[in-house]
Amino acid sequence: MLDLTPKEVSERKALRINPLKTCQPVGAIYAALGVHNCMPHSHGSQGCCSFHRMFLTRHFKEPAIAASSSFTEGASVFGGGSNLKTAIKNIFEIYNPDIIAVHTTCLSETIGDDLVTYITDAKIPEGKIVVHTNTPSYVGSHVTGYSNMIVGLINYLSQNTGEKNGKLALFPGFVNPGDMREMKKIMTLMGVEYTMLPDTSGVMDAPMTGTYNMYPKGGTKVDDIKDLGNCELSIGLGEITSIAPAEFLEKKCKVPFQSLPLPIGVELTDQFVMSLNHFSKNEVPYALEEERGQLVDILLDSHQYTQNKKVAIYGDPDTVLGLAAFALEMGMIPKYLTTGTPGKDFEANAQALFEKFGVEDCVAKSNVDLFLLQQWIKNDGVDLLIGGTHGKFLAKAEDIPFVRAGFPILDRYVHSYLPLVGYKGGMRLAEMILSALMDRQDRDCEDEDMEMIM
Amino acid sequence: MNSREKVLDKYDSKIYKNRKEHIIQIEDGEANVIAADTRAIPGILTNRGCCYAGCKGVVIGPLKDVATIVHGPIGCSYYTWGTRRSKSKSEGDMKNFSEYSLSTDMQETDIVFGGDKKLRQAIDETMAIFNPSCIMICSTCPIGLIGDDIHAVAAKAEADYGIKILAFSCEGYKGVSQSGGHHIANNGLMKHIIGTGDAEPVKYSINLLGEYNIGGDGWEISRILKRVGYNIVSVMTGDGSVEELKNAHIADLNLVQCHRSINYIAEMLKTKYGTEWLKVNFIGIEGIKQSLRDTAAFFNDPELTARTEEVIADEIDEIMEEMALYKTKLEGKTAAVYVGGSRTHHYINLLKTLGVEVVLAGYEFAHRDDYEGREVLPSIKMDADSKNIESITVEKDPEKYRTFHTEERIQELKDAGLPIESYTGLWSDINDKAMVTDDFNHFETEEFIKLLKPDIFFSGIKDKYVVQHSGIPSRQLHSYDYSGPYAGFKGALNFAKEVTLAVNTPAWNLVQAPWKSEPTLEGSLGGME
Repeated sequence: MLDLTPKEVSERKALRINPLKTCQPVGAIYAALGVHNCMPHSHGSQGCCSFHRMFLTRHFKEPAIAASSSFTEGASVFGGGSNLKTAIKNIFEIYNPDIIAVHTTCLSETIGDDLVTYITDAKIPEGKIVVHTNTPSYVGSHVTGYSNMIVGLINYLSQNTGEKNGKLALFPGFVNPGDMREMKKIMTLMGVEYTMLPDTSGVMDAPMTGTYNMYPKGGTKVDDIKDLGNCELSIGLGEITSIAPAEFLEKKCKVPFQSLPLPIGVELTDQFVMSLNHFSKNEVPYALEEERGQLVDILLDSHQYTQNKKVAIYGDPDTVLGLAAFALEMGMIPKYLTTGTPGKDFEANAQALFEKFGVEDCVAKSNVDLFLLQQWIKNDGVDLLIGGTHGKFLAKAEDIPFVRAGFPILDRYVHSYLPLVGYKGGMRLAEMILSALMDRQDRDCEDEDMEMIM
Repeated sequence: MNSREKVLDKYDSKIYKNRKEHIIQIEDGEANVIAADTRAIPGILTNRGCCYAGCKGVVIGPLKDVATIVHGPIGCSYYTWGTRRSKSKSEGDMKNFSEYSLSTDMQETDIVFGGDKKLRQAIDETMAIFNPSCIMICSTCPIGLIGDDIHAVAAKAEADYGIKILAFSCEGYKGVSQSGGHHIANNGLMKHIIGTGDAEPVKYSINLLGEYNIGGDGWEISRILKRVGYNIVSVMTGDGSVEELKNAHIADLNLVQCHRSINYIAEMLKTKYGTEWLKVNFIGIEGIKQSLRDTAAFFNDPELTARTEEVIADEIDEIMEEMALYKTKLEGKTAAVYVGGSRTHHYINLLKTLGVEVVLAGYEFAHRDDYEGREVLPSIKMDADSKNIESITVEKDPEKYRTFHTEERIQELKDAGLPIESYTGLWSDINDKAMVTDDFNHFETEEFIKLLKPDIFFSGIKDKYVVQHSGIPSRQLHSYDYSGPYAGFKGALNFAKEVTLAVNTPAWNLVQAPWKSEPTLEGSLGGME
């Protein structure tokens, strides 16, 4: 297993090995799937679209629809305008969405296709909408593409009509439908009226009914996206992922914003709840207080199994930071925090966490890969690994207990239905982390040391 | 209106005109001409992938001893990392790169200023870290557009390091599907790898072409072939290696499993090294029997022939009782099979053995010869998209050219019905009245399912859950839903077992909530107690 990874770390300037990120367009498709009656559209070769649909389907175990401009060599030379116009016409005629959300690819970006002109010139049926965003694959990561698509939707649709709607705009970050459901539950408990963009719950976790519906019940409604411009406030969850849409909505529609970390663990969920409390002026209901108390109770009950355990966490920047904060609350030491997504904020925010909890010898690095993480672990090991599916090989090679959390999880079921966020998500994470560590203790102990009660 | 017309009727005139050539209902005794290998229609939700997917994803990816660097932005490398299930295992000192995804992760400045230097740097770093015996470079869309000369970079690095370094210009926009990528990959292997080894010929030696070891298929096929007494020189490319591939020219016979992806190499090997090829099908009991018998007939050694019959009898004996049980569970059902560019044909005989009839079939990226047989090849016209795919011609290698039989003997075998250098296409397997769609798309799949109501659907991950949500059991024939093998006798049993599970799993009975069919409100009418 990963036998070719040397222990010695060498500087690499050009070679990425076992990446911790993928390209922008897949994030754009995921965001567009969180819009009701929306067809995501990939303006590039059909292979991109095929890869992204396969990838999302493997994570969610649900259909992930998206169309492609199906570039040929000719289109790559002469521009993809006619391909896009044909695609728009065909999509509306055959698949009848309310809205098509177009994103670019490295191909259409490199040749400099002018999407604004193409869309302006396209025949769009009355009452139907086409929006676009630029998602060059050679900038940022899938997380950037996700943010960009949300910005694109606001850019085309949201308006400040001068009449406030009393609602909160929520940008949930790059999370699963299960997380989005939990965020909605918390907002409802707090008596907050909201519009969440995107909302993939009810789309990428649609129930089995015996009838396939290309556009399931979920997703943010186009009218609600238009009305985002009239919200009182926006909250961007995930400071790295959601800052762009929050800032853009402020710039375009003068909606003030707050940027918060993903609400993973006790304190970060507290921050979200307190923000909602300030917004709605409603007291925190007992139902939430009870959940919070339960989570803290669990942490106290089980601390001996987690405290001072060293953990390596990898994945998307905001998810890793949230998981790290929760690991610290469990008394763990987040020895290695890594993300493939470039950007210095990740490292700065991680340092702030390390300082807050007074932990030493912890490293946080953005724009790195799993190969480097394995080399670090070979040199100085950890007790637990947390991240997406690609790390399972590392976990096996280095024999480390492994908890799957984040994106993507291609080799397990149910994960996308349940939250990591909120107090409930904390309970789920605590259970997963404790089970991984305690199963390992049971597996490795001598027979005479096997404990009936733990 | 029949089903075909009902589906086509929903298209506007332009799409109708295009798609009507790609959808046919099989008529026995008719020519059954189908359009294939033409451009997909923008916006139609085709199931196809791209040239890069065919080159790196299918043909090059499985070569285990090769450090393959994907030159481009990160996504393309990421998506072909561990996703295709071409299993591999290295013996001895051979390095196995299958768990590694290597990329130049091109950034905006690289796109602006060119990526040649970054590619060279990535090669240098690959050498320093892994010291591989071979490097292959696969380029993605923007590389072709910015004009990086990957072939020059590869040639220079090859000279500097003294190892094989191959470059493939397999940008995603080339051609109309994965198929172009297969061709480009095959050309590269033919030009630079095959024939460079110096192994001595061995008795009854074969290459297995177009077998990608999905779920261990190649291992199961090899097990059977070795049992009969054949020596396997190389497998292209499942669990394959450059180490093996370079000696592929010494084999006596080439067996072609996936016709679409590799018939190019089979043809080139024939021309350059004199190796004959036979189209085989190691999926399904009838297919395996025929393939083993054809192979034995080619060698025409009484001992091999006897051994072939012994192995067939023994292997069938091992599985037949259980197969019969599954047949009782599946008999009378109908199926839809949409897979790849050749693979639908593999499954028809297996399903027939289980009493399942294929009513709807098709391919993503087949050419006309995959449907209609190779005799249509001379009549296929090259269009602009096909002309963009590099085509190479090879010549007889004066030193390595070697024929197992004389030309006269080959003709005798052909006259006796041995399908040397011949493939009769999907039409020879599929039954009358089946609906066939080429370059199938989401809309047609959904519509045909409603009209033809197959009991089981076989395809890939993109449509699996669409169909399952419609209430129809769906199994993936690209990945075998992470199981397998499906090839060989034991694979046939795996297939039968898993299809039976998919059809009978208890959750199918839970789809309807009880309150949908029973009244849930209880009460009494006024005045009644």
